Amino acid sequence: MEISNLSIKETQKILLEKKISAYELTQYYLDRIEKLDPQINSYITVNEKALEEAKAIDQKISKGATIESFSLLGIPMGIKDMLCTKGIKTTAGSKMLENFIPPYDSTVVSRLKNQGAILLGKLNQDEFAMGSSSETSYYGPVKNPWNLDCVAGGSSGGSAAAVAAELAQFTIGTDTGGSIRQPAHFCGVVGVKPTYGRVSRYGIVAYASSLDQAGPLAKNVEDAALILETIAGHDSMDSTTSQRKKEPWSENLNANIKGLRVGLVKEYRTDQLYPDVEKVYAESIETLKKLGAEIKEISLPLTEFGIPVYYLIASSEASSNLARYDGVRYGHRAEFKNLSAVELEKFYGQTRGEGFGKEVQRRIMLGTYCLSSGYFDAYYNKASQVRRLISNQYQEAFKSCDVLLSPVTTSPAFKLGERISDPLTMYLNDIFTITVNLAGLPGMSVPFGISKGGLPIGVQLVTAPFEEQKMLNVAYALEMNSNTKGARPNVS
Amino acid sequence: MSLNVSSDRGYEAVIGLEIHAQLKTQSKMFCSDSTTFEAGDNENTSPVSVGLPGSLPVVNKKAIEFSVKTGLALGCQIRRTSVFSRKNYFYPDLSKGYQISQYDLPICYNGGVRIKTENGFKRIPIERAHMEEDAGKSTHQGDYTLINYNRAGIPLLEIVSGPDMHSAIEAANYARTVWQIVRYLGVCDGNLEEGSLRCDVNVSVRKIGVEKLGTKVEIKNINSFRFIEKAIDFEIERQIDVLESGQKIIQETRLFDPDKNKTFSMRTKEDAQDYRYFPDPDLLPVHLTEEYIENIQKSLPELPLDRSERFQKTQGLPETDAALLTSEKALADYFEMAATQSGNPKATANWIMTEVLKELNASGKSILDCPVSPVHLGKLIHEIDQGQISGKMAKVIFQEMWSHPRDPLEIIKEKGLVQISNTSEIEKIVDQVLKLNVSAVAEYRSGKTKLLGFFVGAIMKETKGKANPEIVNEILNKKLANHEG
Repeated sequence: MEISNLSIKETQKILLEKKISAYELTQYYLDRIEKLDPQINSYITVNEKALEEAKAIDQKISKGATIESFSLLGIPMGIKDMLCTKGIKTTAGSKMLENFIPPYDSTVVSRLKNQGAILLGKLNQDEFAMGSSSETSYYGPVKNPWNLDCVAGGSSGGSAAAVAAELAQFTIGTDTGGSIRQPAHFCGVVGVKPTYGRVSRYGIVAYASSLDQAGPLAKNVEDAALILETIAGHDSMDSTTSQRKKEPWSENLNANIKGLRVGLVKEYRTDQLYPDVEKVYAESIETLKKLGAEIKEISLPLTEFGIPVYYLIASSEASSNLARYDGVRYGHRAEFKNLSAVELEKFYGQTRGEGFGKEVQRRIMLGTYCLSSGYFDAYYNKASQVRRLISNQYQEAFKSCDVLLSPVTTSPAFKLGERISDPLTMYLNDIFTITVNLAGLPGMSVPFGISKGGLPIGVQLVTAPFEEQKMLNVAYALEMNSNTKGARPNVS
Repeated sequence: MSLNVSSDRGYEAVIGLEIHAQLKTQSKMFCSDSTTFEAGDNENTSPVSVGLPGSLPVVNKKAIEFSVKTGLALGCQIRRTSVFSRKNYFYPDLSKGYQISQYDLPICYNGGVRIKTENGFKRIPIERAHMEEDAGKSTHQGDYTLINYNRAGIPLLEIVSGPDMHSAIEAANYARTVWQIVRYLGVCDGNLEEGSLRCDVNVSVRKIGVEKLGTKVEIKNINSFRFIEKAIDFEIERQIDVLESGQKIIQETRLFDPDKNKTFSMRTKEDAQDYRYFPDPDLLPVHLTEEYIENIQKSLPELPLDRSERFQKTQGLPETDAALLTSEKALADYFEMAATQSGNPKATANWIMTEVLKELNASGKSILDCPVSPVHLGKLIHEIDQGQISGKMAKVIFQEMWSHPRDPLEIIKEKGLVQISNTSEIEKIVDQVLKLNVSAVAEYRSGKTKLLGFFVGAIMKETKGKANPEIVNEILNKKLANHEG
C-alpha cells in the first residue's frame, strides 16, 4: 500500500477498516525517519514512546473510537521544537535548552493528542525561530528533500521538510514573519499561519509574542484545514486568544471561487523576482481568472517599511522574552571552577554567551537597544505606530478584495550557506510574508509549480482577520488546478 | 522632636513614600498558584511563576477588583483602560527576567488621603497606584543563594505618594493611614514583618525658602513604622551634615539598619538600571466599565478617619478613644455593635479599651476571636446602667463570659447576682446596721465622717455585696443626717 499519497481522512479510513494499525503506521514513519532523516536532519528528537502511544490508539480503535470524536485518530505527527511537550526534550533549536524537558504540554500539543494524533518527535528549526533557512539551529541545518544542497527554509524548516519527505503525516510549525509559509513554499507543502489569536501560544517558546502563531504544515489543503480546526479556539491560558468559534473549515472547503475578488499588491512588483517564481505566480493568476475570480490591483504603499518595523518589534519583544534563559532554573549554565566567587553579571554573560548562537545574540542586542530609554520613542514606539498604519492599510485593501495573492518569497529554496553570512539579504527575503504578521492576518502558502531546477514553488494567500475559510477555499481551488499537484521529492 | 530636626537647622525635608501592598487574593496575579504564606519552599509554583519557556500570564480579576477598591478608598481616579508593561532587569529571583508591572498607564492615579498631624488634618496627594507582581525571595547562605519562588507573582499594589511630607512623623503617619485603609478594605493583611506591606522612602532636603528640590535618596524596604520614622530622621540629619560640610548629596539607594539606627548605601545612581519598559504583548489592556467601578465604589466601607469623626460627633467619644476604636475595622465594628446594644457608647468604649483589649492582649487574640460577643458586652453594660448589677459584679460576670461565653443575663440568674436596688429593703438593712452600731453613729455625728465607709462596708457585708452602692449611700447619708436636726 502506498501510504505517502494518502490524506489524513484516507489514512483514517484504512485505519478504521483495520487494513493497517496505528502501530504499523507509526512504525512506517519511524523507519523512514531512521533511514532518511540523517541526510535531511529534520528531527532533533524522536519520541521513544511513539509506538506506545500508537498501541493505545489501536486499543481505542478496537473499542470503537470514531473520527467524529477523535478528528486526528491514529495520525502520526511531528512538532516543531518550539512547542513544549511533556516529558520530551524541547530545545527551540538552541544549545540553551539542550537538556530542557518540559513538565507540561503546550495547548496545541495537548489538543492534538486529545484528538488522537501520535507524536513522532520534535522538529528542527532556526534557533528560537530566528532565521529563514533553519541554518541557525544548534543541531545543524535542515536540508531540502528536493535538493539536499538547498535549505528547507525557516524557521520551521524541519516541519516543512518532514512533511515533504514523508517523515510525518503532518507537522506543526510557528510563524512570526513567514516561518511556516516560506519553508512550506521551499519544500512544496501547504503551510497555514492562522489569524493572530486563533491558536493558543500557551506552551510555545516565545520569540515575538505579538507576532507568533502556530499552524499546520500538511500535504494538502484539506489536511491543513482539518488540523487547524483541531488546534484553533480560545484558551483560558492565553489571554490573546480570540473568543471566536472555530469553524468546520475542512468540511466547508469549496473550490467554487466564482466572483471572488483577488487582489494583487502593486508594491510587490519587483525586478528581484526570480523568473521561475514569476512564471508560477502568473500562472496562478491565470488559473484564478479562469475559475471566475475577479483580479484587481490594490496598493499597500507602506510595504517597504515592513522589514524595519518587523525587526524592531520582533527583536524588542525577543530581547525581553529570552531574558528568562539565565541558567538559574533550567537550561544551559556556564561552568565555573568556583561558582560562589563569580559575579552575577559574569555568570549571566557567560551562560548566555555560550547558550545562544550568533543570530539570537544579534537580535537580543538589537531589541535591547530599541527599548533603551532615549531610543524607545524613536524605535519601538515609532515602529508600533507604523505597524498600526500597515494594519489599517490592509483593512482598507480588504474593502475592495477578498483575498490577496502574491509570491511567498522572491526565489525558490536557495543553496545552503549562500546567505547565512549576509543577514540583510536573508531579512529582505521575507518582504511578502512579514507584514501579514504585523497586521495579525491569516496567510498561507500553497504549492503551485516546480522550477526548472526541480524546486517547488508556492504562492501566498492572505485574507482579512478570521477569514480562514475564504483563504482555504482559494488554496483548495489552486491545488485542484495545479499542474504539479501531488508532486513529491525523490528521497531515498 | 523629630518634627523639628530639619527646621531647627534651617532646612526643609521633602519626603515621598512608595508603599507596596500585597493583595490578599487566593491565587497569584497571573496564574492559579496559591498565595499561602505557610507553604513549603517552592511549593506554590507552576510553569508561569518559575518562568518556564512558553508559559503565559493571565490576569487575576480579583487583583483588579482589590486595586480599584484601594484606589477609590485613596481618592484616586480609576483609569478605564490601563496597560501592563514589562520592567526588564536581571536578578535570579525574577524568574522571567522581567517583572510585569504598570508604567505609563497605571490603574489608579491622582488621589489623596487625609492624615492627622499635630496641626490638624493634612491631605497627602497620591500620584498613582499601579499593579505589579512580586518577585521570589533570595536567601544568601555563605557560599550560595537559595531562591524561593512562592512569592513570585503575588499581586502587589504600589502606592506612590507625592513628595509632600516634611517630617518623619508625618511620613510615618501617612504610612499608618494607608496601612489602616488597606486593612479596612480587607485587600491586604498589612503584616510588615512578613513583608505583605513594604515601604520605600524618598528623602531630600533643601534650605528653607529654596524652591528647587534637593537631590533625593531612596531608602528601601523598611519594615516597621517606627523604623520609617527613625530612618528618615537619620537621613535628614545625614543629608544636612553632608551639605553643611560643603559636599553634595549623591543620588543613591540606601538601606536602614535598625540595630545601628543608621542608613547605609546600597547602590548609587550610576549603577541605576534602564528597565526598558514596554507594553506586555502577552496581556490585553484592562478595560473597566463605569458600572464596574460604581459597584465597587458602593461597596466601600466607611474609612477609619471618617468613622472616627462620626464616633466623636454622634457617639460623643473623645478623639483619642474614637481614634483607638477605629484603628481596625473589626474593632470599630465590635464597638458599634456593642454600643447599639448597651445604649451607652461612652461606657462601651471604656469597657472595650480596658477590659476587652486587656484580655485580648493577654491571650494574644484578635478582636475577631474575642470570646465575648459585642452583643453580650452591650447587654452587660446595659445591666449596669439599669442598676441591676454593680460595676464590680459586672467585672466578675465579664470574666465568666470570657471563659464560658454566654449571655450575661444567664450568668446573673445562675449566680443570683442581681443587685438589691429596692429602697425599702435597703432602708431596713441600714436601720438594722445603725441600731447595732449606736456608738459609731454618735461618733459620726460628732464629726468623724470617715466612718461612712465603715457603715457602707457593714451593709455590704449584710447583703453579700448585692446592695446598690448608690442607693446605700443615699439612704445612709439621709439617715445619719436626720438626727442632727
